[in-house]
Amino acid sequence: MGAAFSIADIMAMLYGKIMHHDPRQPCWPSRDRFILSKGHAGAAVYATLAEAGYFPIENLKQHYQDGSMLSGHVSHKGIPGVELSTGSLGHGLGVGVGMAKALKLNSSPSRVFVLLSDGECDEGSVWEAALFAQHHGLDNLVAIVDYNKIQSLGPVSETLALEPFRQKWESFNWSVVEADGHDHASLASALGILPANPGRPTLILAHTVKGKGVSFMENTVLWHYRTARGEEFDRALAELDKS
Amino acid sequence: MRDRFIQTLCTLAENDPRIMLITGDLGFAVFDDYRRRFPKQFINAGVAEQNMTLVATGMALEGHIVFTYSIGNFPTLRCLEMIRNDAAYHGANVKVVSIGGGFSYGPLGISHHATEDLAIMRALPDVSCLAPTSLGEVTEATRAIAQTPGTCFLRLDKDKGPDGPADEPFVLGRPRRLRHGNDVALFTTGGILSEVVKAADELASGGLSASIYSVHTIKPIEPTRFLEAARNHRAVVTVEEHTIHGGLGGMVLETLADAGVFPAKFLRIGLDGCFSSVVGTQAYLRKIYGLDAASLTRRTQTLLSS
Repeated sequence: MGAAFSIADIMAMLYGKIMHHDPRQPCWPSRDRFILSKGHAGAAVYATLAEAGYFPIENLKQHYQDGSMLSGHVSHKGIPGVELSTGSLGHGLGVGVGMAKALKLNSSPSRVFVLLSDGECDEGSVWEAALFAQHHGLDNLVAIVDYNKIQSLGPVSETLALEPFRQKWESFNWSVVEADGHDHASLASALGILPANPGRPTLILAHTVKGKGVSFMENTVLWHYRTARGEEFDRALAELDKS
Repeated sequence: MRDRFIQTLCTLAENDPRIMLITGDLGFAVFDDYRRRFPKQFINAGVAEQNMTLVATGMALEGHIVFTYSIGNFPTLRCLEMIRNDAAYHGANVKVVSIGGGFSYGPLGISHHATEDLAIMRALPDVSCLAPTSLGEVTEATRAIAQTPGTCFLRLDKDKGPDGPADEPFVLGRPRRLRHGNDVALFTTGGILSEVVKAADELASGGLSASIYSVHTIKPIEPTRFLEAARNHRAVVTVEEHTIHGGLGGMVLETLADAGVFPAKFLRIGLDGCFSSVVGTQAYLRKIYGLDAASLTRRTQTLLSS
């Protein structure tokens, strides 16, 4: 839950304001591509796609259920609008880089957006992809890091410290723009002018709050794993309705 | 086999702009002609096989037919999860090419011995696995995987296999009979066919006639040839420069057992699940591990006389 709430505002901005896409034509060649590399927040993708009209909102009730195609980690099989199935971290950026490279070769105007978690940046494959993207000048590529500063077992800073994080990306020749990942004006500003610098890939460092919107979920490791049920579920919904 | 692969790829690239070759910073000098002729269809991904495979998947999902290229276990085991989750699960047109099957790079040490790759790659859903046994089959297999939708694995060898044309056409998935005999059916995959042919000649001079089958495709496979051979010979022997666990021998046994066909005698010849304790040329290591023609002959004779 926490991982999905962390990116809900980013998802809303991408699909509501930023990306060129058409729910009636999920494979429209000129669409912008979106990859959720932190596949464990798949629920946020399914909810966004349903809200955007890719499939009925009613279908979301099947999420995580026996026999359902709406797996916990995001899958493309049978789900219109999902470009890439993920779940093992460190895969999405590299595939997005490949798409961006191919789109450039094909002179396509489409852009590729890849949303990563901060903990995911422990994976070496993220940095292999980052190297490749800058070497090939993939300015049609936008990576967004959901920087909620909590990973699987605890704070990022106590696990494998990423700071100075911005400078790491800058030293890889990416253009870095920082944003408040829950402030739509801040996200609109960061995502409004792309690429941030021609000839370079763009990294949006989105400062977020894990479990955003539900007081007892915010900034807790527990809600990386836990599912709200019963009274907790009702309280969570009530808080989200107010926010 | 490597040079033949590149030559074939040049022909394919000339006629199809979707063809893309990504190397993991290996192939010194061998790509010169390809790069000169098709600069837009060549990428050196650097020493980063995981990213090479991810980029290949992304490009394939955008319409390219992408060959990833490296040696030994680097384009396979090093990035196995990328092949599984990204390329294969998405049905992406990624063709994983490894030169250096088996002991091709024998002197370089166990990091460069590709001796479990067929078993591992064969276990992945929706991945076709090919290991041509001759230069002619390298051309045919390269063309075949370019035309086959989805993810494929092409295992190439330093040993170029025996010369000479085959009587039967190449069909992906169908073992090809190269010689017809009565006593023993020898199934093999990869360049070690050259040893198998020599062994069959030695068996013949000793009065034993052998059929030889090129199992250029390990997956998918048509079972008919295996069942026929088991019924029509006194023994079935599989020969692979690879572990005997889960590769060619395992596949043939599974195929026969699934069909309820049990040959009178059966022997898997390959590596018995250990790391090589010494280094050496391909020919040397074959001798050490009982995979050279003399060993194959002796072991087959023993099997038939037991």
